[in-house]
Amino acid sequence: MKPLSDERELLKGLANSDKKAVETIYLENFNTVQALIINNNGSTDDAKDIFQEAIIVLYEKVRSGSFELHCRIKTFLYSVSRRLWLKRLQQQNRYSAPGDSLEQVVTVEEYQEAHEQRNAEFEMMEQAINHLGEPCKSLLEAYYLQKQNMQVIAASFGYTNADNAKNQKYKCLMRLKKIFFAQYKNGNDDE
Amino acid sequence: MTMNEIQLLDAIERYIRGEMRSDERLQFETLRKSNAEVDQLVVEHTLFLQQLNHFGGRKQFRSALNDIHTDLTEQGKIDSMKLKGGAKVVYLWKRYRRVAAIAASIAGITALGISALVWAFAPKNNSQTEVLGRKLQAVEKAQRDANAEVKQLKSQLNTKPIEFKSGGTGFMIDGKGYIVTNAHIIRKSKNIFVINSRGGEYRTKVVKMIPERDIAILKIEDDNFKPVTALPYAIRKSSTDVAEPIYTLGYPRNDIVYSEGYLSAKTGFNGDTLTCQLGLAANRGNSGGPVFNKEGEIIGVISARETEAEGVAFAIQSKYIFDAIDELKKDSAYRSLKLPVKSSVKGMAKQEQVKKVLDYVYMVKAD
Repeated sequence: MKPLSDERELLKGLANSDKKAVETIYLENFNTVQALIINNNGSTDDAKDIFQEAIIVLYEKVRSGSFELHCRIKTFLYSVSRRLWLKRLQQQNRYSAPGDSLEQVVTVEEYQEAHEQRNAEFEMMEQAINHLGEPCKSLLEAYYLQKQNMQVIAASFGYTNADNAKNQKYKCLMRLKKIFFAQYKNGNDDE
Repeated sequence: MTMNEIQLLDAIERYIRGEMRSDERLQFETLRKSNAEVDQLVVEHTLFLQQLNHFGGRKQFRSALNDIHTDLTEQGKIDSMKLKGGAKVVYLWKRYRRVAAIAASIAGITALGISALVWAFAPKNNSQTEVLGRKLQAVEKAQRDANAEVKQLKSQLNTKPIEFKSGGTGFMIDGKGYIVTNAHIIRKSKNIFVINSRGGEYRTKVVKMIPERDIAILKIEDDNFKPVTALPYAIRKSSTDVAEPIYTLGYPRNDIVYSEGYLSAKTGFNGDTLTCQLGLAANRGNSGGPVFNKEGEIIGVISARETEAEGVAFAIQSKYIFDAIDELKKDSAYRSLKLPVKSSVKGMAKQEQVKKVLDYVYMVKAD
């Protein structure tokens, strides 16, 4: 087993999306989770889905800054994967109590709820952006996600100058916010 | 402090990102305190940008994870399934399925699959062949593609955006803007756009549909389109020899993709003269793409592939393009249409050919 300092380094790397760290975590944990899923009525595709979702949970936790891991990365990923998979099996009515093997499990319910909220928000944003259509979608993605500056955007989208691009971006942004908040407010009223 | 809305938003974003100079920041904070509306906007926009950042971050991370998964699988470092008890059935079934597919392609069961070909040209799907139209709904569009579309849609910005649901490939058959593609890509779509490899996007209309042969002819109707005097390739009227090397260009994803293979049979199953069979790895989105022989002549239009056997695709023979054009020319409006019969890339190395013909192969998007 690795010393905890290594684990801390890995988490730091994960928070910075450092490729080497993510790859190491992937390599060291995927097979265990895959075995869990496959031994419990899942396919290799399910394993990939579930495992990646578990890593995303960890990723978003460590990025939030205030997170401290009280167990090993392996235990955490396994526990989250197990929880996610149980939930999916229940939804599909294929539930059968998973024969827990030798792997250690910690309670992860507290993360579950926050994660589901995040999933819902992610989907809302995705839907809102897809609903925009072009050129708004690409324009906003270029500015807000790829963080390109307005001069570059103006040139690549064929606007005569950065101000024109900015006007266009403004209109697109207003539409996106309107669509997003309409869903967002609805979503939060339900609870 | 007076600002229009765009400047205000700009200021809010710089404020949130901490890009303001201290005096500017102070001034802005005063404004925020004195104006509840501005304050509300700051709060709302902070939340919104947070959401957007989460979204972008997760999206990027997800794609990084997928890359890693692919890499590790290719290197054989993961996917070593440790199988225990319950998984056996799944595993066996999977293995059986794989073996069955291989057996099928060897033992000639493939031929049974081909008999279903006829159906593949009707717009409906069939279990044995798979029409290669690509679902575009959730596909991210390359940024440069947007170039022309920006101009195109600027005026319609506040109307409902068009949602593209179907996509494939098409190619020019007459420099005036006539493009051939598959009928199954177009179906009943009202808005059909074509995009070339440089990102130029043009609105088109359907001038001819022959669903039973899965051929559609589009015409570019767009002020930005400049007619081409001569196309570099020819369209072949007679059939091609078996085993002749062929290649295709298409848009299984946002970039144009080249793949090569050979003509495996002059006809489809049971001498079906509508189609020919190709040994070619085609993907969804290759549908409607041109099949070139080594002379740079188009010998067919990709239309479907085998689902059971990898690397088998089917193409509609090029002579049916001539038939479709003959039909179309009965209408006096299209009398001047002329198919290219002489290939100017003949004898060139394949890379050179591809460079020349690339510009006339389009991505087709339909709603």
